[in-house]
Amino acid sequence: MFRLHELREGLRIAFTAIISNKMRSVLTTLGIVIGIVVVTLMATVIEGLGTALDNSIKSLGADVYYISKWDWFSDEWWKSRNRKEISLAEARQMQEKFTLAEAVVPVVQAWQKTMKYRNKSVKGNVIGTEEAYLITSGVVPEQGRFFNDLEGSSGRPVCVIGHDVANTLFENEDPIGKTIKINGYSYRVIGVFEKEGSFLGSAMFSKDSQSFIPLPNFYRVFGNERSIDIHVKMGPDVDKEDAKAEMIGLFRQIRRVPPADEDDFGVNTQDFLKKIFESVVGTIGVIGFLITSLSLLVGGVGIMNIMFVSVKERTKEIGTRKALGAKRRTILIQFLIEAAALCLIGGIIGIGLSYPLSLIIDTVLPSSMPLWVVGVSLSISITVGLVSGIVPAYTAARMNPVDALRYE
Amino acid sequence: MSNPEEETPLIHIVNVTKTYDMGAEKVHALRGAGLDIRKNEYVAIMGPSGSGKSTLMNIIGCLDTPTSGLYNFGGSNVGEMNDNELAAIRNKQIGFVFQTFNLLARSTALHNVELPLIYAGIPAADRRERAEQALANVGLADRMTHKPNELSGGQRQRVAIARALVNTPSIILADEPTGNLDSKTGEEIMQLFSELHRQGNTLILVTHEEDIAAHAHRIVRLFDGEIASDVRVDNPKVYARTS
Repeated sequence: MFRLHELREGLRIAFTAIISNKMRSVLTTLGIVIGIVVVTLMATVIEGLGTALDNSIKSLGADVYYISKWDWFSDEWWKSRNRKEISLAEARQMQEKFTLAEAVVPVVQAWQKTMKYRNKSVKGNVIGTEEAYLITSGVVPEQGRFFNDLEGSSGRPVCVIGHDVANTLFENEDPIGKTIKINGYSYRVIGVFEKEGSFLGSAMFSKDSQSFIPLPNFYRVFGNERSIDIHVKMGPDVDKEDAKAEMIGLFRQIRRVPPADEDDFGVNTQDFLKKIFESVVGTIGVIGFLITSLSLLVGGVGIMNIMFVSVKERTKEIGTRKALGAKRRTILIQFLIEAAALCLIGGIIGIGLSYPLSLIIDTVLPSSMPLWVVGVSLSISITVGLVSGIVPAYTAARMNPVDALRYE
Repeated sequence: MSNPEEETPLIHIVNVTKTYDMGAEKVHALRGAGLDIRKNEYVAIMGPSGSGKSTLMNIIGCLDTPTSGLYNFGGSNVGEMNDNELAAIRNKQIGFVFQTFNLLARSTALHNVELPLIYAGIPAADRRERAEQALANVGLADRMTHKPNELSGGQRQRVAIARALVNTPSIILADEPTGNLDSKTGEEIMQLFSELHRQGNTLILVTHEEDIAAHAHRIVRLFDGEIASDVRVDNPKVYARTS
């Protein structure tokens, strides 16, 4: 039977022993410290990537499909090159006929255009769309508003700009109501989107550096030869797979694709970002796991070694305790606790070191050290302690009291 | 004293041998020793080094078991006990006093005395009270929070005696208790033993000093692993000065 007072006595002995050998104890735990630092930082990075991914796909809703000339994530991208452009007329037909959708929005994009305000300028993508973009993207401007249907259809010269655009052009000014030049044409700023951040250094899907103008204005500025993307957000009560099949069928019909031919358009979802995310996390995980296991192994051997020393040094004490009635189990528990406590200290030092390091990571990749990692790290530390302490503790426990008492 | 318990010896040793296997040769530390010790006896075990007195002490103290022969402690056969039972006997029935005191260096006097009670599973409050009482009984009421290195040799041995007594054992087993003390302090410790004996404790003293053994009421001498003599002392030395 396990007794609480034995545990308490064990803890007491462990801490007196560790405190009286401070330097030795700290050095011994180095391997554990490194292992815990790696494991916590790895978790922090993965957590940060997850947050970055979430921010990036915030505008790519889970039930939103992007019908495009291009496949976003395809090994056969060249196939898309000879596809027919998607026209606004086709998009309008989809809007009219596809009734399972909550919103169908044409979106057209011009790459790397100049936006100017007074003497400041910035390059970014210009997007032409209409009010329902708010529904498919699921975001609302942080300041001001998005353009409404009337402004959209009548081609009023208004724009909504991304967070970085606003910051660059309007350092100390309120952007709302100001007039900026987009590709030489004047637009009044009526809204600013909140910051989204980038994922893996790519701002491709981030609105931060983009500006949004009504579709008619877009055609006036950039012409109408660009291929359109159609963003489709499914209705809340439809079966996603059925709706997707129906959407594809309908669009094939609109595009007059012969029944035997492949789709001449791509249907994209946020899933591809998840695929990238998973492969990156997988790689980090494998590397982190290898480093962690290796340093914990080294750390564990170090602990085992120091525990053998500790047992040897305290042979006489073990003899005395046995003479006073300590059972084998009592001695075993005592040394196991000491080994676990040593590793626990290593784990705590490791977490203490990881925290400032995670703040450094935060400057590159917005993240914070997840709380569960603290619990996991401390459990790992204790486990390593128990595993590496078992042999020395067993050696101590089965010492012959007569020999132990005689030991000098 | 006509105590009925005196009829059954507390310690009953019959023809006990102990052989150590030192690789090529066997060392016969005990060659058939027999000894009975009754409650409230004060026995000194003497003998030159190599006579087997340490081995006999280890066996009496249940730190070791005999190779052959019978050892009954309080009616139970020690030879048949397993490790945990031996630990329990050492914890509850035997109070050890060592030549080198064997106190835990990093613990206070109080914690050192509490140790046997911890192993006995006594609750903390009760434990503390008993340990304080035991220290007070050996005259160390004002030294409870001191660590061994803050105490004199005599005080350390008193702490060890308090530790031996705290679990109210059946016997107190002292192995050269004055061996590391100057003669004056040694004499004080021996006076404390005489006092404990008068209070009804059973004492077994292992020593090679005639002067120390003279305090006992019975002297058992070992030679070559056998009991050479076993005599009562008619006028045990009490409160005497060392010569």
